[in-house]
Amino acid sequence: MVGSNTTEQHPIIGIEMKKALRAGAALIVADPRRTELAGLAQFHLALRPGTDIALLNGMAHVILAEGLWDREFVAARTEGLEELKATVEAYPPALAAEIAGVPVESLVGAARAYAAAKPAAIFYTMGLTQHVTGHLNVLCLANLALLTGNLGKPGAGVNPLRGQNNVQGASDMGALPNVLPGYQQVHDPETRKKFEAAWGVPLPVASGITVMEMVDAIASGRLRGLYVIGENPMLTDPDLCHTREALGRAEFLVVQDLFMTETAALAQVVLPAVSFAEKDGTFTNTERRIQRIRRAIPRKGAARPDGEIICDLSARLGHPMVYRSQAEVMDEIARLTPSYRGVSYARLEGEGLQWPCPTPDHPGTPILHVTGFPRGRARLHGVNYIPPDERPDAEFPMVLTTGRVLHQYHSRTMTGRSPGLDALRPEPEVEINPQDAERLGIRSGDRVRLVSRRGMVEVNASVTERVAPGLVFLPFHYAQGAANLLTNPALDPVARIPELKVCAVRLEVPARSGRSGQACRDGGL
Amino acid sequence: MAECSVFIDGKAALVPTGTTILQAAGAVGISIPTLCHHPNLPPIGVCRLCIVDVEVGDFHKQVAACHAEVQDGMTVRTATPELERARRFALELQVADHPSECLDGETGEPCELRDLARRYGVTKRRFMEDEARYPLDESSPVVTIDLNRCILCRRCTRACSLVQGQDILWIMGRGDESRVSPALSLPLRDTACVSCGQCLAHCPTGAIRDKHPLRPPVRPEAVVTSVCPYCGCGCQLDLNVSGEQILRVTSNFDGPANRGSLCAKGRFGYHFVESPDRLTRPRIRRDGRWEEASWDEALDLVATRLREIRDRHGPDALAVLSSAKATNEENYLIQKFARAVLGTNNVDHCARL
Repeated sequence: MVGSNTTEQHPIIGIEMKKALRAGAALIVADPRRTELAGLAQFHLALRPGTDIALLNGMAHVILAEGLWDREFVAARTEGLEELKATVEAYPPALAAEIAGVPVESLVGAARAYAAAKPAAIFYTMGLTQHVTGHLNVLCLANLALLTGNLGKPGAGVNPLRGQNNVQGASDMGALPNVLPGYQQVHDPETRKKFEAAWGVPLPVASGITVMEMVDAIASGRLRGLYVIGENPMLTDPDLCHTREALGRAEFLVVQDLFMTETAALAQVVLPAVSFAEKDGTFTNTERRIQRIRRAIPRKGAARPDGEIICDLSARLGHPMVYRSQAEVMDEIARLTPSYRGVSYARLEGEGLQWPCPTPDHPGTPILHVTGFPRGRARLHGVNYIPPDERPDAEFPMVLTTGRVLHQYHSRTMTGRSPGLDALRPEPEVEINPQDAERLGIRSGDRVRLVSRRGMVEVNASVTERVAPGLVFLPFHYAQGAANLLTNPALDPVARIPELKVCAVRLEVPARSGRSGQACRDGGL
Repeated sequence: MAECSVFIDGKAALVPTGTTILQAAGAVGISIPTLCHHPNLPPIGVCRLCIVDVEVGDFHKQVAACHAEVQDGMTVRTATPELERARRFALELQVADHPSECLDGETGEPCELRDLARRYGVTKRRFMEDEARYPLDESSPVVTIDLNRCILCRRCTRACSLVQGQDILWIMGRGDESRVSPALSLPLRDTACVSCGQCLAHCPTGAIRDKHPLRPPVRPEAVVTSVCPYCGCGCQLDLNVSGEQILRVTSNFDGPANRGSLCAKGRFGYHFVESPDRLTRPRIRRDGRWEEASWDEALDLVATRLREIRDRHGPDALAVLSSAKATNEENYLIQKFARAVLGTNNVDHCARL
């Protein structure tokens, strides 16, 4: 497990993990925090945030040096071994452990345990990816799985656990700036030709911009109009002061949501959407399983499903999109998307289907890459360690990492309205190691101030060994005590994912008469 | 796999070795009453309702069908007058200290004990014990524990330890003093309880129940299977509907990803759907003030402004943020709208956040 607090963020998968542990499975957890699973693990590698590459290269070094790799699998199904060897040679365990801040015995032991377990599965979430090296971190994990032959078989694999009910499906459907449905590249002329024929219009050639770049593009005036559907960037984006300034500058902002969110408050038009219980459709889960949701209750007031609003608007812009049912939309998706080609509503009753499902009689694909990889041979990558964008210094001597807690979800528009869940975690708490707490005279429940280069928040302290000295953790769910006032918007140059998991902060005990609440660096908000 | 041939109430069944009598009966459409049994949990055989007559060779005995496995050549009788009398007696003992408002159905909560008691004509108490000996444990923010309705079936304790792996609930005390409780009789709030509500999902009587139900409990008019709107696990669940509202969300034990399990959010996090502050009409901001508008007015304005910006600055001056909360079909339509209608690839969602 790398950068995944599974029992809190994917609790039902967490149940299966704990069952596997009771049945005798070995567990390695690489996470700066001592999560529940880290406490149950054989090896808890409490790495310094942002040092994943060093740690994983060190493990690959051990696996290669001690001859623990799967020669047959590597020879038959991979390429680039020499490149990988040459790179990880420079990461002997002692050095890798020193960079990552973990005991060298743990690193070596974990490498041996991972290579010895047959099969071994890797799971990761955004603790691994929300770094300026996010995509490189994933490549390092893939190296480990390829070296040990842990792909394409039951109980193995490199498994990202998706954080939202339909983040897999939104990606599958091409709600991404560079791909059409089914990850078909927008720059591929054949692909465009196919969609142009189906949709009856010429399609744009150049890739679009990602969510983080949209905020910058509004700030610079390049982007004028933004249509936000069911998202709340005013709490979930890094560096909220910048986000607020940018969205405030938008010539036209329309927000479609269930509630008057922090983002909707900045809009010119707000359109009421319906919840999952008021509409038909499908969600695709983290195991690529497409499942039906069904309308159970009437729509609230005049609220309408997102798809219906979009079709209505399309007609007003001169391009009618007419569908009699959601099943008919799925039929169009299936026609244009090879991995969904065999999917239809008639087949989705019961357990659903796992894509790729290329034909109407295909049973679906629970395990990917059983016989081959899309590119033929999988490539091993030599990846060198790059430190986080922002490191502690004299002015901001501590590291802040952010995430979720079990009983809240994203910007709390959903969980915050349930009295039981709200009572379980009504306010944010910053986790502080006892050593740091003692040095600063802080006790659990005290109001403390966290300051970064971008903003300041005041929140209650929770003194706990879950975090190491020098590290603090703050959940990002809350409008008051908003962690993302502090976070660093620096992006991974390829994946364009922000480094939400590492920024430099200063921890202070607020003077009683001082400012309270939260503020931007320039005192705004 | 080795198979056993058995006769159940005169029906022949061929089932794999290791099948329980209860499962074998179910396979040929015969239902045997149970209380402590739950298909999601290993059998425990404490309620004695599922006793059946079995005969194999010289062996003739009454056994608990949830627990006992079939043997080749076994003959099973599930509903002789003697068995039915024994069941009725077991139910009379169970209802002896069960709250009368529950037996009378005044609570509106589902209760398997009440349903069985009615089926067996146990309408009033033959053995009276004092009611309401236990104060409610309302220390948990999500569930109420009402031991007065508890029938000690141990479904909750098994769910807590074997399904959730949390080991919070135990049977404390012995004999007449037996009760479900966290260790050391601590209030639930003072334990490592994760508020998943697996105990509630397995409780047959409402002894463990939702502390903040969406609506006062009544019998649902419809049960609609859907998928949880929180994380990416893809847990199936059942929306229990009454009138125009969700009454409660219950476990769906057929869901491939979760087999009935839900977490605290997936079980208790639905007040947002019925929240009074849901947006129900389009809103337009004019001179800094929000005004309600018709759909025609709002969508005409959106279409006009999007068209103006596109005509003046080109399609790439527009962008759409789609949603990981929306369905596949909606995401498909949203990206089609961005590309085919607005003419830009500026479409993304929160996969990076």
